[in-house]
Amino acid sequence: MGIEVSNVTKRFGTFTALHDVSLKVNVGELMALLGPSGSGKTTLLRVIAGLESPDAGNVFFAGTDATRRHVRERNVGFVFQHYALFRHMTVFENVAFGLRVRPRKLRPTRDEIKHRVTELLELVQLENFAQRYPAQLSGGQRQRVALARALAVEPKVLLLDEPFGALDAKVRQELRRWLRRLHEEIHVTSVFVTHDQDEALEVADRVVIMNGGRIEQVGTPDEVFRDPASAFVMNFLGTVNVFHRRVSKLAPEIDTLEIQCPDELPADSRPARIFVRPHNLDISTHVTGKPRLRGFVEYVNAAGPQVKLEVRTEFGEVVQVETPQERYRQLGIDRGSEVFVTPREMRVFFDDGQAT
Amino acid sequence: MAGSKTRHSVLPGFRPTMAFTLMYLGLVVLIPLAMLALHAVRMSWTEFAQTFTAPRTLAAYRLTLGGALIASCVNAVFGLLIAWVLVRYRFPGRRLLDTLVDLPFALPTAVAGIALTAIYAPTGLIGGWLARLGIQAAYSPLGIVIAMAFVSLPFVIRTTQPVLEDIDREVEEAAATLGASRFRTFTRVIFPAILPAVLAGFAMAFARAVGEYGSVVFISGNMPGRTEIVPLLIMTRLEEYDETGATAVALVLLVLSFAMLFIINLLQLWARRSTAA
Repeated sequence: MGIEVSNVTKRFGTFTALHDVSLKVNVGELMALLGPSGSGKTTLLRVIAGLESPDAGNVFFAGTDATRRHVRERNVGFVFQHYALFRHMTVFENVAFGLRVRPRKLRPTRDEIKHRVTELLELVQLENFAQRYPAQLSGGQRQRVALARALAVEPKVLLLDEPFGALDAKVRQELRRWLRRLHEEIHVTSVFVTHDQDEALEVADRVVIMNGGRIEQVGTPDEVFRDPASAFVMNFLGTVNVFHRRVSKLAPEIDTLEIQCPDELPADSRPARIFVRPHNLDISTHVTGKPRLRGFVEYVNAAGPQVKLEVRTEFGEVVQVETPQERYRQLGIDRGSEVFVTPREMRVFFDDGQAT
Repeated sequence: MAGSKTRHSVLPGFRPTMAFTLMYLGLVVLIPLAMLALHAVRMSWTEFAQTFTAPRTLAAYRLTLGGALIASCVNAVFGLLIAWVLVRYRFPGRRLLDTLVDLPFALPTAVAGIALTAIYAPTGLIGGWLARLGIQAAYSPLGIVIAMAFVSLPFVIRTTQPVLEDIDREVEEAAATLGASRFRTFTRVIFPAILPAVLAGFAMAFARAVGEYGSVVFISGNMPGRTEIVPLLIMTRLEEYDETGATAVALVLLVLSFAMLFIINLLQLWARRSTAA
């Protein structure tokens, strides 16, 4: 079932959590709502679920207006960050809950419930834990119970609010991959909220990047990473170096940073932010002739496949550089060495927000 | 063990503090109770049975236990309701109301007794109104139940409140997304979670109501066989220099109290188990 959110606004007192947000989730898609805290991503998810009612705008499920439909009747599966399991019930009873509370006419028989719950517990790999209580499970296991419970009612839409937010790094990684595989298996339209960009980019078919109650960009992980629509998106997705410069057609090369697409540059000089990712900076020990920034190495972190360096330029800016291990060894540089940094790829955003 | 030589605690003095604890508990609690038991043992079995099965004694037990049961049942229902209101809603005066709940704890029972009698007597504000309906409140078993309900009101509220506060809003939201109605969410999710606490509060309220003396003697009228409660009967026997009789009646009450204490502890253990997350 597809979801369409159209012109939704939601206020809490004087705080506007969502400003006129519109979004379309396709059938069978796994979509991530990504943004910093307070960006409205959880509110948007809760509006879709019917746990919050919007002050303006509509929510459509499969083309029909569901804005006034009660959360009970929306048939959504919702997974909470802190699991929200029923702690006086066993794992089995938790998963069976949605089936047991159905009106008598629609309620499956005991055997059907048992069969269905067992099937779901196998799906989340907890078939041996049916008689345990939530308190006896680890965080990752609890979240899988919560997921099985949400899937028990055969929801048309699965909504997950920071599903892995309360788990430690290693468990997160495992569950992430597992969620991806699960989605490929059951193919229910899913939306999940996260503030972790790696999680969003790794798991989702499409990513929605939110900021201050508005949607900044919607696209595939590749699109949003390679072609960020705004300075915010560029900044939010991964580490990035920002250079504040005045840029114009007449002086495309400011402070030895050459701007690459001179055709679209304005004639008059305007303040701009130039964004360069750390791995898009070349580092060398001598001047190569290309535009370059001179500086000194201030910090080296050689752990991991990429060596992370911090270079303080002659203008006093600290620039993050990432370079492969071999290249780093070849250069033979260390803290205090004089280096020249050349950008390979950059993006310019003028301070009115427009990208070149 | 904190007292062993191999492991030293940061805080010194396990021995003196433990000795003091035992001495204090012994002096204040155990020795008087032991004396009571010893006193009763001196009685012959027939003597004991005679005192215990006397119609006046049995009537007092029936009244006390029955009244306490009704009072604590009423408090279980309304205490839960009050706890719910205090936890779930934000309204002006909530803090004041919350403080007011403790009033029966703080008020001297005699003061409570006088106040309740004044209101529920046939000449009183509510008593007069009830009298017109043909209901006698003060100087009747109903008055006793009212006084017992008053003094045992805080227990259910104070045991249920923290457990209710502990229930996550998300748990109810989860139930709603799974299609449960509000009624079903209450009966299947919230109520099972708070039931141990409600029962523990109920048992404490019951124990308190059984032992209540001060406020009840004012409102009951103290008619032997009709509105005489057990603690008063003990008092009467003592005043008649019938120490053995008083001891026999008291001993049964003591055994009952121990049983209640045991049940309360079991309930609290259950409550901790089922809410541990």
